[in-house]
Amino acid sequence: MYDQFLYGTEAAINGLMTGVMYSLVALGFVLIFKASGIFNYAQGVMALFGALTLVGIQSGQVPFAGIINAIFGTNIQHFGWTVPAVAAIILTIGVMVLFAWLVERYLLKHLVNQEPIILFMATIGLAYFMEGVGDLMWGSNIKKIDLPIPQGINETIDSLTYDWFGYGFYIDNLDITAAIISVFLVVALTIFSQYSTTGRALRAVADDHQAALSVGISLRKIWVIVWGIAGFIALVAGVMWGAKSGVQFSLSLITLKALPVLMLGGFTSIPGAIIGGMIIGVGEKVFEFIVSSSWFGDFMGFTMNATENWFAYVLALVFLVFRPQGLFGDKIIERV
Amino acid sequence: MSDGYVTPDGRTIGGKVLEMRNITLRFGGVVAIKDISFDIREGEIRAIIGPNGAGKSSMLNVINGFYHPQEGEIWFHGEVRKPMKPYQIAKQGIARTFQNIALFKGMSTLDNIMTGRFNHMKTNILAQMVWKGPAAREEAENREIVEKVIDFLEIQAIRKTPVGALPYGLQKRVELGRALAAQPKLLLLDEPMAGMNVEEKEDMSRFILDVNDEFGTTIALIEHDMGVVMDISDRVVVMDYGKKIGDGTPDEVRNNQAVIDAYLGVDHG
Repeated sequence: MYDQFLYGTEAAINGLMTGVMYSLVALGFVLIFKASGIFNYAQGVMALFGALTLVGIQSGQVPFAGIINAIFGTNIQHFGWTVPAVAAIILTIGVMVLFAWLVERYLLKHLVNQEPIILFMATIGLAYFMEGVGDLMWGSNIKKIDLPIPQGINETIDSLTYDWFGYGFYIDNLDITAAIISVFLVVALTIFSQYSTTGRALRAVADDHQAALSVGISLRKIWVIVWGIAGFIALVAGVMWGAKSGVQFSLSLITLKALPVLMLGGFTSIPGAIIGGMIIGVGEKVFEFIVSSSWFGDFMGFTMNATENWFAYVLALVFLVFRPQGLFGDKIIERV
Repeated sequence: MSDGYVTPDGRTIGGKVLEMRNITLRFGGVVAIKDISFDIREGEIRAIIGPNGAGKSSMLNVINGFYHPQEGEIWFHGEVRKPMKPYQIAKQGIARTFQNIALFKGMSTLDNIMTGRFNHMKTNILAQMVWKGPAAREEAENREIVEKVIDFLEIQAIRKTPVGALPYGLQKRVELGRALAAQPKLLLLDEPMAGMNVEEKEDMSRFILDVNDEFGTTIALIEHDMGVVMDISDRVVVMDYGKKIGDGTPDEVRNNQAVIDAYLGVDHG
């Protein structure tokens, strides 16, 4: 039983780390939803696009090489240089900000005051458009993130836990790094939105568009900032998930993992996105651990596998029934 | 009255801050404002009154740029104002409050009033991220002005309270505070006393008079309570069915037959 407890704890810690990475995706959603009431389906594709762009720039790949070669009959693929990691990251952030500006200029601007469902449809369109552009720009092969991110088992934790409990926990350095970066991002964002002028303007726009305009806040500028920040977060999420499983197009599906996180944490709460992610991460790992274990089988007469695929959604459904605003979301009270 | 005038209580009113010339505003086939001209002078309290649906709020929305009139010119500080976005007009020094309070409900009183300083805060987003240095200094300077506004409106006790949790009368006061924090050249108040009890109305009247008196702020207000309007305003524009039917001092307006008809309900046919 003691062994089982240790394995369970290990599963929970790993779940916590994965959960933080779900949070990272959910965070981008919350920011955009708060500021503009748009549920941005494209957040996952933004993560993919960010990671693709980073790898592409860093490895000196020629963007749109396929099209260029087809038109001019050339065969260029690479510039023949590689860009240092830091420069590549800065350039990629630049691309994400430019993307935010384009979205505002050519999409949001024309959809002001439309129904939420129309805005949602627009972001679905945006998602597929970006996926296509990402493919055209950088090609569809699986890419490897080439950043000095620590990976593999954390020896310190392994030997420490072995000394303490007689069983070494397997915790991946990548997960630890991702968790630290996520927590740092959340703290930084929270401080920024609480105490800076722009942060206050962000919250003002989230609260009341007309009032924000009346004190001199330009909605369009704020939207560019919000989408820029969301793009940056997407980039971080894309790099972390990309480092885990390679930068491939299925990366965009992490959007679907962020959904239950949002339902749990509430669509309007930054801390909610984090806590929600952790609950789901821990929940699905521990649940899987319990229902697949032999003593559960002895007790119930059956075991279950691959529960990770649906656990989060069932949990979200339960929340929808009993607490539709999520753990931290604003309760909507209609006055009659 | 081309170069201002002196009020009965001895305040000197200056030149035109804002002049509306032949403004017409239509929504499709509905004419909300029909060929209205009037001016607002430096240092005065100017009221716009009229029965429900007369187009008063539309007029305020034209002044602060939520609506754009189809015809007419708006002169601000002696220049024709080209069509602008509301936030650009706010930058020019026109602040306002709303008929149905438009506060940032999730934010504290202090933060709400700080947003009023938005136009005066110049550091860019990168400096704000660094925080230490220019951004922190700017924050401190503006915070000082906001604290003065809070003292002035006697709302120290609710500085940290989220405004959504405040009673109606206080919310109205916080909204006034947010507009005041901008140190506007022209302050627009859309029914600042609507839904208030007598005591709250007296408080609000006193604040409006004090703002005008202490800071010399030019104020244009819409109000339904005739007693209040006649007491505090220097000149009154009367609207009915989108048209201007009277303009002058409270006494002149009170004795204007068209105004009396509009309020007592003479057949418009």
